[in-house]
Amino acid sequence: MRLKIRNPQDFWCGLFFVALGVLAMYLSRDYAMGTALNMGPGYFPTWLGGIMIGFGVLIGGLALKREADEDQAENIREWAFRPWLVLPATLAIFALLMDADAGFVPSLLVLIAGCALAHKDVRWRETILLSVGVTAGAVAIFYYGLGMPFDLFWWSK
Amino acid sequence: MADLLQNLILGFSVALTLQNLMYCFLGVFLGTMIGVLPGIGPLATMAMLLPLTMSLPPISALIMLAGIYYGSDYGGSTTAILVNLPGEGSSVVTLLDGHPMAKQGRAGAALSIAAIGSFFAGCVGTLLIALVGPPLAYVALSFNSPEYFALMVMALVCASVIGTGSLLKSLAMVVVGLLVGIVGTDVSSGKMRFGFGIPELSDGVGIAVVAMGVFGMTEIIRNLAGAHMTQTISTAKIQGLMPRWVDLKASFGPMVRGSAIGAVFGPLPGLGGTASAFTSYLLEKKLAKDPSRFGKGAIEGVAGPESANNACAQTTFVPMLTLGVPGSASMALMLGAMIMHGITPGPQVMTSRPDLFWGLIASMWIGNGMLLVLNLPLIGIWVRLLQVPYRLLFPIIMTMMGIGIYSLNNSGTDVLLMSFFGFVGYILVKLGCSFPPLILAMVLGPLLEENLRRSMLLSDGDPTVFFTRPISGGFMAATVVLLLFFTLPALRKKRPLDDPEKAPGQP
Repeated sequence: MRLKIRNPQDFWCGLFFVALGVLAMYLSRDYAMGTALNMGPGYFPTWLGGIMIGFGVLIGGLALKREADEDQAENIREWAFRPWLVLPATLAIFALLMDADAGFVPSLLVLIAGCALAHKDVRWRETILLSVGVTAGAVAIFYYGLGMPFDLFWWSK
Repeated sequence: MADLLQNLILGFSVALTLQNLMYCFLGVFLGTMIGVLPGIGPLATMAMLLPLTMSLPPISALIMLAGIYYGSDYGGSTTAILVNLPGEGSSVVTLLDGHPMAKQGRAGAALSIAAIGSFFAGCVGTLLIALVGPPLAYVALSFNSPEYFALMVMALVCASVIGTGSLLKSLAMVVVGLLVGIVGTDVSSGKMRFGFGIPELSDGVGIAVVAMGVFGMTEIIRNLAGAHMTQTISTAKIQGLMPRWVDLKASFGPMVRGSAIGAVFGPLPGLGGTASAFTSYLLEKKLAKDPSRFGKGAIEGVAGPESANNACAQTTFVPMLTLGVPGSASMALMLGAMIMHGITPGPQVMTSRPDLFWGLIASMWIGNGMLLVLNLPLIGIWVRLLQVPYRLLFPIIMTMMGIGIYSLNNSGTDVLLMSFFGFVGYILVKLGCSFPPLILAMVLGPLLEENLRRSMLLSDGDPTVFFTRPISGGFMAATVVLLLFFTLPALRKKRPLDDPEKAPGQP
């Protein structure tokens, strides 16, 4: 019998869960297992990793048997690459800037401008106005209004 | 009875202080405002606004968070009626008749009946918590570890059985949530687990961080994919906000029946607002003299489900407050907030912190009243808000998320973690997984492990302990029956409770 992936969404989902289960068991290898009566820190995560692999195999295995329905096939095909990559990256840059004490204002300007890159029609004038406006609003609310202990700029320590 | 009165007086004396009234109002107002935005349900709203409540005293924080919860629930129905777009799962039902009413120029009547129904149901729900809470907490005091373990297993299975999407994937997501819950220092051995060398992880991953990543960020990414970037909303002027007597009379029955359905569904784990709203809708349709009116703007189709939804929203607090075991992801978030404020959840909350328990309940009643009084005049503002293009809206939401999460611990690590969960969350959305089971499991994880450990000590390592003790055995039996009930038909065909509208990621 030839094996064929009939349901790509379920197949990759199963694979993802198997990988996660293997990772959990791998990470737990150094934690003491203990016994059921006296569980060590490794007992629960190791079992969970095993169960996770079980679910993954089951889901992935069924994907070889059952056809995907229309929604599933479409869902996995249309991947919004641009916002998926841009938004987390923008937030990460914001986090790093804040941690590097670049200041609240510059970090926010970068965050909002970065968001604008996440969709297709980038309008520069609008983006600049929005960044300035939202930053001003956020400074007013969070810094002056709620008195949060941020430094506004890198020189204002 | 005298006890109940005394307790309610205590509650109102807490909830009616100027400070708490203000936070209740703030919660309801902000909750409605964010909840109105399409695609953001109560869970995402709570996660987004949770950081704002962190600096408050515990009672005020919980009162505000509860206000956010039912405020956003109500905001969702406003969006459903005005725009043909459900903000969250349960308003899918409100939309069926609410939007046709708006198209006929009766948006005002639909909105006011939704508000009145919600208020009515809120009163019933609040009274019910006050009545049922104390005896339930009394019973729960006799619970031991095996009972708690079995109860949590049941809650987790229920949440996955009744969600949207594939049952297997939901159960797998429970395991993912339990794994995320392990991150941090193990309470019994003091060993750091799944730390990846990041010292900030020693307290575990914050629930707000995960919830905002998987709900807030994935939702924005999905919206940006172009599905509904532009939306049309009925710009017709909304008039007739004062309901007519005929409408009120037609709605009274549905409100009573809806509240009853919601109040019964609420405390059961996993059965959220969507299920109760659907049940109420189907019941009203069956009872109606002319069922064909439904779907074309029947006011009963708005009044019933809205009442059911809100009564359910109210009574889901029962297991969280009295047993310390949340039945839904939103309640898991509430529980997480309680823990962050240093309150150990469980049946003892009612006796050790009666001010907190009764104050919260009284505030819910007040908050529902506020919703009724405030939202009718504020609808104009919500309509404006809905007209802002998404392109301008989402950077503002992202900014709020970024600042909110950063301010939790004043650390960028939390923001990095959130963006990681958003990134992985989108993959999981594409793989057809839903998140409420994950959030619930993440909060219950540490409790589940601790109670498993204690049960095993109690029984000398004999796993049959969960089945031989009467109460935990009952929970386990119910879990097995439920699983069989949903898997047997699934093996043949699709699951019976699959919603016609799919709302992945939302409870």
